[in-house]
Amino acid sequence: MENTKCECGHNNPVGTVLCEYCGKPLREDKDQPLDMRYEGVARRSQTRKRTLVDRIWSFFSSVKVAVYLIVITLIASILGSLLPQERYIPSNRPEVFYAQEYGVWGDLYYKLGLSDMYSSWWYITLLALIGISLVVCSLDRVIPLYRALKNQQVTKNQSFIIRQRISHQLQIKEGEKEQVLKQLGEQLKKSRYQIRREGDSLLAEKGRISRWGPYILHVGLIVFLLGTLPRLIPGWNLEEFVWVREGQTRPIPNTPYYIKNERAEVELYKESEIVQKQKDAPPAVKEWRTEVVLLKKDDETEELKEIKRHVTRVNHPLKYEDLMIYQSGFQVDQVSALELVVLDKKTGKESETFLVDLFEPEKEYVLDGGLTVHLLNYFPNFKLEGKQPTTQSERPNNPAFVFEVKSPDKPEGEKMWVIAGTKLDIEENKYEINLKWMHLTNESGLLIRTERGLWVILLGGIISMIGLVMGFYWNHRRVWVRWMEGKLLIGAHTNKNWFGLRRELEQAAKRANIPLAQSSEGVKP
Amino acid sequence: MIKLMENLLIGTFFLYLVSTVMFVVAVLGKRVRKGDEVEHTNRWGRLGIIFTMIGALIHVGFTVTRAVVGGYFPTSNMFEFISFFCLMMVISFIIIYFIYRTVALGALAMPVAVILLAYASVFPRDVQPLIPALQSYWLWIHVSVVALGQGALSIGFVAGLVYLIRKFGKERIGKHSLYLEIVLVFLVLVLGFALSATAFGAMGYQAEIQYTVNDSQQVQSYRMPPLVGPAGGQVVEMHNFLGMTKPLMEAPTWMEGKDAARKLNSVIWSIITGLLLYAIIRLLFRKRLHELVYPLVRSVDLETVDEIGYRAIAIGFPIFTLGGLIFGMIWAHEAWGRFWGWDPKEVWALITWLFYSAYLHLRLSRGWHGTKSAWMNVGGFVIIMINLIVVNLVFAGLHSYA
Ligand code: HEM
Repeated sequence: MENTKCECGHNNPVGTVLCEYCGKPLREDKDQPLDMRYEGVARRSQTRKRTLVDRIWSFFSSVKVAVYLIVITLIASILGSLLPQERYIPSNRPEVFYAQEYGVWGDLYYKLGLSDMYSSWWYITLLALIGISLVVCSLDRVIPLYRALKNQQVTKNQSFIIRQRISHQLQIKEGEKEQVLKQLGEQLKKSRYQIRREGDSLLAEKGRISRWGPYILHVGLIVFLLGTLPRLIPGWNLEEFVWVREGQTRPIPNTPYYIKNERAEVELYKESEIVQKQKDAPPAVKEWRTEVVLLKKDDETEELKEIKRHVTRVNHPLKYEDLMIYQSGFQVDQVSALELVVLDKKTGKESETFLVDLFEPEKEYVLDGGLTVHLLNYFPNFKLEGKQPTTQSERPNNPAFVFEVKSPDKPEGEKMWVIAGTKLDIEENKYEINLKWMHLTNESGLLIRTERGLWVILLGGIISMIGLVMGFYWNHRRVWVRWMEGKLLIGAHTNKNWFGLRRELEQAAKRANIPLAQSSEGVKP
Repeated sequence: MIKLMENLLIGTFFLYLVSTVMFVVAVLGKRVRKGDEVEHTNRWGRLGIIFTMIGALIHVGFTVTRAVVGGYFPTSNMFEFISFFCLMMVISFIIIYFIYRTVALGALAMPVAVILLAYASVFPRDVQPLIPALQSYWLWIHVSVVALGQGALSIGFVAGLVYLIRKFGKERIGKHSLYLEIVLVFLVLVLGFALSATAFGAMGYQAEIQYTVNDSQQVQSYRMPPLVGPAGGQVVEMHNFLGMTKPLMEAPTWMEGKDAARKLNSVIWSIITGLLLYAIIRLLFRKRLHELVYPLVRSVDLETVDEIGYRAIAIGFPIFTLGGLIFGMIWAHEAWGRFWGWDPKEVWALITWLFYSAYLHLRLSRGWHGTKSAWMNVGGFVIIMINLIVVNLVFAGLHSYA
């Protein structure tokens, strides 16, 4: 057991490095500058080492462990950035995409789970461990530090003063001491130090708030990390993506809302707006915008009621209560409907045109002259698999129809295919169907988001910034002066920026007419 | 107006070069003239900082003119961002100079600024119309604060270099001096790249090579002789260069990124010219680079540069946190509907931040001041450069605007 009773009579807790009362070093490793971290006070992590809780506590309170956690997270983050993450790949089959695109390494990358690393359990665990470490290390230090800084004694032990990193000793006669102490105190006060005097001792201090900076920063980081948790609460986080064509109204999944696209436009830069033209440069997009209407279904009447109108553009989302709607994707000139006619091959007579909507085609089209066209089958994204016609998706990228045309003189009907607007000619048929016109519309990709925890995250950021500014743009500087037996002892400490403290002390001494030798580690220009 | 803008850029470049010379004379002069050493250093050092400040002012003038011409804050492509980043680094240097007044720092910081500006000028310099994602006042709030933070962090790198050269510059061999030499050679390579690109640009060199990717015909145009052409490429047009009428070789097929062949070609050119430059220096002075620059820093106090390195980080870290992470998240939320999306640029901003926070924590313990700190400052700069160059040019992401 260490002896923790100081010669000044103060009883210190086990683990204390510098006497809490007079500052005398309690461990003897002479000649080195003093270890002033946390004022040399004992911390819980050092004093209690028995139970499991104590062990865990001291594990998480170690800065070394924190650095390991930070470095591991850093390396993991680098690995995750080497290839695009799954959310950014242009394919919804990652298991083949990585192997195809990046070969063996890509496959390995996928199999190791690096392709979706940032949401993997172990990456999140790392962040959580950093969070725990932040809480523990801050609690472990801030309380003793607060007590120590609050109860500072003015009169310090001789070896405490002369073993500071900046220290001076001068011969001053008893008769001059009062004058010298007073002068020095006044001059330091001019440099905005707070001065305390006690007997033949002086303590000048400034910028103590700097010491709280890191802790406030850590609190801010904890708040930030907590702010990401509400995403897990059902209903607090919504992320939906819908494609809406001009004129279309679509429900927003998992909400009572509907969204209507009234108009979607692309605007290109005009010639006159481009300052330095490059040859063959493709036209640059100035703006994608969608005139959207947010609607809500009335519970009783089941009718859609308009709630808000907005022109969404990139950087200008629609905001309504917790809901944000972003301009997030754009498809120009999508074929949305085909205008077709029925041709009598012999007479060359055309029927009136009929419009087939590619998204919601009718079952039957009744035309003049007793013609009817039945839609027997529809494949929006047609593909032959073997001999079997199928569709690859619901998007009409390659629409194929099987029609049956009936007329008074062909009551049994004729079957025919129309694929991507072109007919498959069948020799013995009386009729054929031809494409007259394609209807094009713009389609807007809208991202609908709710993120209720956002303000907590922002708050965390603000607290962190306050902590950073306090910690880094202020310095905690202290100067201890004590006259003892014909000698003036001066010791000074700062938590950062020694150069500034040295200069400040030397200038104050000069103004007070105290001949300070250039400090031993003197600074040259 | 465009003419004025270009002249301001040239003026900036020239003034940074002049101030480099002044700082070098200030620290070297000690050996030339005995006697009034301090006087000499002070006088030339003062000239150096005055020219630096005039240069920075002209650089600001350039940035403002460009903003007026383009109608937006000019940080929207590689040229504009690197130029602005260079300005922020110079401003950080000026601030640090007035705190510590170390002339030797200028003798290294200003050449780095010159190299950065030269490198920036290699990218297309046309004023381009702004894409929709960048049309926001957050463009200048976010990017300018990030650049300022990174500028200050880069001064930490310069201080780290000064520290290492001061400590190991006289050693011809050894682990540290070898690594140091590699870092310096890297700077020479960047300079070599800028020089060769400028030279071929002045000659108006051009080549076009056609090739196919995913069944579509593409044309890759070159401004430097294509030593490497795209796989399966066909020359459309190619100026003669030393009798070369077609690429010497083809890029490996696994390099599929956009313009991969041209980028590989640029890398090869920068290695060739850089190494040539390096060989010339070695032959001319018969010294390694770190030995060559050692006299510039011989009289600096190690403990002071160590503190300068830390101080630069202490100033830059909060600014970088604010601009890179907090403002970045706010803008990402406004523009894309998520404050964080693990886009490569975002990830590398996080990596930078984690790296410097590891640095700050390590410095809390004994044994991490001095050499280790200095190396970490170099490492931090490497990360910043990766984020600036590699992530923009190689990784495709939402942020690639080059
Ligand atoms: C990524 C997360 C973290 C960041 C960004 C961060 C940032 C900082 C910064 C900027 C400082 C001030 C350093 C200086 O004054 O030079 C600091 C100090 C400190 N940090 Fe962290 N920190 C993080 C995590 C942690 C963790 C997990 C621990 C747990 C052990 C920890 C323990 C400390 C301690 C003990 C100090 C010294 C406080 C003092 O000087 O009184 N930090 N941190």
